[in-house]
Amino acid sequence: MISEQAKERMRGLAARYPVARSAVMPALYIAQQEEGYITQEALETVAETIGLTVDDVESVATFYTMYYQQPPGKKVIKICTSISCYLRGCDALVSHLEHRLGIKRGETSADGNYTLMTAECLASCGTAPVLQVNDEFVENVTLEMTDALVDEWDRDLGAMKNLSEISSQDGQIASEKKSDSKTEIPL
Amino acid sequence: MPELIITKDIDAPSLDTLDGYRQHGGYEALARALKEYQPDELVELVKKSGLRGRGGAGFPTGMKWSFLAKNDKTRYLCCNADESEPGTFKDRMIMEKNPHQLVEGVIITSYACHVSTAFIYVRGELALAGRQVERAIEEAYAAGYVGKNILGSDFSLDVILHRGAGAYICGEESALMESLEGRRGYPRLKPPFPAVIGLYGGPTVINNCETLATLPAIVKNGAEWYASFGTEKSTGTRIFCLSGHIKKPGNYELPLGTPIRTLIYDEQYGGGILDDKQLKAIIPGGSSTFILGADKVDTLLDFESIAAAGSMLGSGGVVVMHEDTCIVDAVLRMTEFYRDESCGKCTPCREGTYWLTEILDRIEHGHGKESDIDLLMDICDNISGKSFCPLGDAATSSITSSIKLFREEFAYHIREGRCMVGAGAALVASH
Repeated sequence: MISEQAKERMRGLAARYPVARSAVMPALYIAQQEEGYITQEALETVAETIGLTVDDVESVATFYTMYYQQPPGKKVIKICTSISCYLRGCDALVSHLEHRLGIKRGETSADGNYTLMTAECLASCGTAPVLQVNDEFVENVTLEMTDALVDEWDRDLGAMKNLSEISSQDGQIASEKKSDSKTEIPL
Repeated sequence: MPELIITKDIDAPSLDTLDGYRQHGGYEALARALKEYQPDELVELVKKSGLRGRGGAGFPTGMKWSFLAKNDKTRYLCCNADESEPGTFKDRMIMEKNPHQLVEGVIITSYACHVSTAFIYVRGELALAGRQVERAIEEAYAAGYVGKNILGSDFSLDVILHRGAGAYICGEESALMESLEGRRGYPRLKPPFPAVIGLYGGPTVINNCETLATLPAIVKNGAEWYASFGTEKSTGTRIFCLSGHIKKPGNYELPLGTPIRTLIYDEQYGGGILDDKQLKAIIPGGSSTFILGADKVDTLLDFESIAAAGSMLGSGGVVVMHEDTCIVDAVLRMTEFYRDESCGKCTPCREGTYWLTEILDRIEHGHGKESDIDLLMDICDNISGKSFCPLGDAATSSITSSIKLFREEFAYHIREGRCMVGAGAALVASH
C-alpha cells in the first residue's frame, strides 16, 4: 500500500518542477521506498499523481536499473566490475561472495536476505575494488574484509529477524522495540 | 606541490557544511559576482580564463555560455554530475566533500547565463553525494544564496537536485535532458544544440560538476590568475583520477601540461607501478578514450598534447595497466560496459557492441578465428560516427587502439588459444 503521505510528496514534486512529468523519476523512488520494488500499484500511483498513463510510467521505470522489477533482498550488494576494479581483482571478490552467499550474480537468496549484483563503474576507482551495500560504499575491499562483512550482515539480518518475531508476539512494531532489543537479543 | 585550486581545502574539517565552507572563503565569489559584474562580463571573464569543460569534450566554457540563443524563452542550467565514465571519480569527491563549492558555481553560472531554474543531475548510485548536495542546496536556500533576490540583488534562482537511477547514457547531455524531462534516457539528434533548444525547449547550458566547482576560484582571483596555470591552450588545473596498477591511486589536482610520468611515478602522486612492474598501457581520459602505449609516458596531460599522441584527455580518468595485463581481457571488460550501457536507440551501437563483446569473448577464451581481428575493426568502423551520440564511438576506442598497439597479443590468443602474458588480474589483497 502506498501511503497518502507518499502520494502527497509525489504531488509536491510534480508542482516543484517546471513540467509535472519531470517528477516521474523521484516519484518512482518514493514508490519503491514504500513497496520495496516497482509494483503494479507503484506504477498506477505514480501515473495518477503525475498525470501520465501507466504504460508511460512503466517505460521509464524499466529503462533505469535502480528501479527494481522484482523484490530485492534485504541487503543488496553491488560489486563494481568495470576496468579499474577489474585491474584490482574484483572478479575474485565476486566469486568469493557468490560462494559465501550461495547465490550467483543477479540472484536473490531464497530467504530474501541477499541480492548479489555486479555494477558498472561506481566512481570509486581510486579505492578499488569496491562494493556497495544498500547504496553505501565499502572501499579497498579484500577477501578477508568480505568474510568479515558477510558475518556482520548475517548478524544484522539475524537481529532484524528476531526483532520482527518479538514484535509480532508483542503486537508491537519493530521500530518501537528497537531501543532495548540490543540487550535482549543475543547477537 | 603546485598550487591547488579546486581541491585546495578538500580535507578541511566540516568543509561540507555551510559554516565550514564560509570559513574557507565560501560564497565570497558569489557576492563579488553579483556586486561587481554584469552577467555578460562574467561570460567574458570565463572566456578569458580559458576554462574548458571537465566532463570529456573539453569545450571552452565561456564560449558555450555565449552560444545560448537570445530569445524570450526560459533558460535552464543543468549540472552534469552523472559521473559514470569508467576510471573517473572526481565529481563524487567534490560532491561528498565540498558540495557548496559546486552549488556556488551553479549560482554564479546561472547569474552569468540569465538562468532562473538550475538542475543538478546527480548519478543515482552516488547516494551520499546526492544527500550532501541536497543538504548544501537547503543550507544555501536558508542563507539566502539561493531563492528570491539573492544577497539583496534582483537575481533570483531555484536549484533542484535530480537523482539519476542507473543509466550511463544520461551523462550524455541530450539524454540527460530527456531524463530530466521524465523520459527514458535516449539521446537527441543534434543540431539543434542544447544552447538553442534544450531542456523544455529552452536555451540550456550544461556543464560538468568539476567545471562548475572551478568557477568560484576564477571569479575570486581573476581570469589572468587562472590562465597562469597550465598551458596556453589548456589553462588551469584539473583533477586527474589515477587508478589501476598504481601504488597510490587517487585524485590528484595538477596543472594541465604535467607529464603523465610525473602523475604515475612521482612520490607525491602515483608513486610508481604496483609491485614495481613495467608499464604496459595507459588510458588517459576514461575508458572512452584511445589506449596509449608505455612509450607515450612522457606526453603532457593537456588537451593538445594528448590529442597529438593519439587520444583524448576526456574526463581525466587515467587508468594504468602493467605488464601482466591481458589486453584482450581488459578490452573485453571495457566493451561489456558499453554493451550493457548502450541505450538501444541506434542499431549500430546496440547490435555492434553486442557483437564486439561476443567476438572478444571468444578470442579471450581460445575460440577466436583468424579473421576475427579484421572483423572487430570492421564492426568498429560500422559503429563509429553512425549513431546519435558518442557512446558507440566510445565503445570502439579501446578496441581499435589496442589492436593497433598489441595486435600480436590478439593473434597469439587466436593462434595458441591462451594468453601470452601473466595471469592478468589477481586480487591484490595484500596491497
